[in-house]
Amino acid sequence: MKNSIFKTAFRDTLPIMAGYLVLGMGFGIIMSSKGYSVWWSLIMSITIYAGSMQYAAVGLLTGGASYLTVALTTLAVNARHFFYGITMIDKYKNTGLKKPYLMFALTDETYSLVCRGDKDKNYYFYVSLLDHSYWITGCTLGALIGSKLTINTAGVDFSLTALFITVFCDQWINGKDHFSALTGVGSAVICLLIFGSADFLIPSMVLIAVILLLRLFKEGKNAV
Amino acid sequence: MPYKEIIIPIMIMSAVTIFLRYAPFLLLSGKKTPKIIKYLGLVLPYAIMGMLVVYCLKDISFTSVKGFMPELIAGAAVAASYIWKKNTLLSIVGGTILYMILVQFVFV
Repeated sequence: MKNSIFKTAFRDTLPIMAGYLVLGMGFGIIMSSKGYSVWWSLIMSITIYAGSMQYAAVGLLTGGASYLTVALTTLAVNARHFFYGITMIDKYKNTGLKKPYLMFALTDETYSLVCRGDKDKNYYFYVSLLDHSYWITGCTLGALIGSKLTINTAGVDFSLTALFITVFCDQWINGKDHFSALTGVGSAVICLLIFGSADFLIPSMVLIAVILLLRLFKEGKNAV
Repeated sequence: MPYKEIIIPIMIMSAVTIFLRYAPFLLLSGKKTPKIIKYLGLVLPYAIMGMLVVYCLKDISFTSVKGFMPELIAGAAVAASYIWKKNTLLSIVGGTILYMILVQFVFV
């Protein structure tokens, strides 16, 4: 039983393996090129475990940013993770000792797998752990051997975009109505046009929350 | 290596990230989950995935053909093949290979 759950988790995370190895290696290569030893890439991939934040971190570290800037940048770049937690409160309720790790390891990609339907707590755990290990491997490998790589991997990171597109399509097919999905796309596009690509995530999340809550208050139980 | 300039910033980034990931669980999960949170838990995943798709495509530009065609073609291929076959791995692997060909050889 546990074994078959692991197999399912492993199969589901294969696309994430491809994306994380490549993006992680990208991070490791940049860190090495700035003169940081492989240990820092390893430590950051274990303790921060957030892709876009680690890329932003390189600039913060080399630029000698103040502690306050570091904290605020992290808050802004990773704010969306707060959103993910909200939707996992019920699902992660009876996960026992695994819960602290499950909460910590909730990245975009892990979220895209665990947010779908009700699954076994071991499934959540295996997906989280596998994804984390891919990321750690990628970051470390990149720092160690990345600069010696000669194959052209340009475009491999599209695997993560493709993952989100398939999840979106899956939810679209199975969703009762498309109000929430359209709210997400619409809010993000509007905020992208207004605020630009660097700053649109937080306004998008606020707009999404406002629209969905307004619908709840207007339609009550029918909103679900 | 000046540790004050690297260890402490890494600890701050880690702490803030953990705080953001833990906060909803610590703040909002009492014995009984409030109705609003239950509602958001049901509808938010749909909106979040839509937002993430836009987030991934945020850097496309319409000033040149190569600024958006690879994303458009490969993205449409992923969506269409998934709706047709319902095979996640096939759509992602196929779409990614198609995208790599497009950016490396077609729209250079």
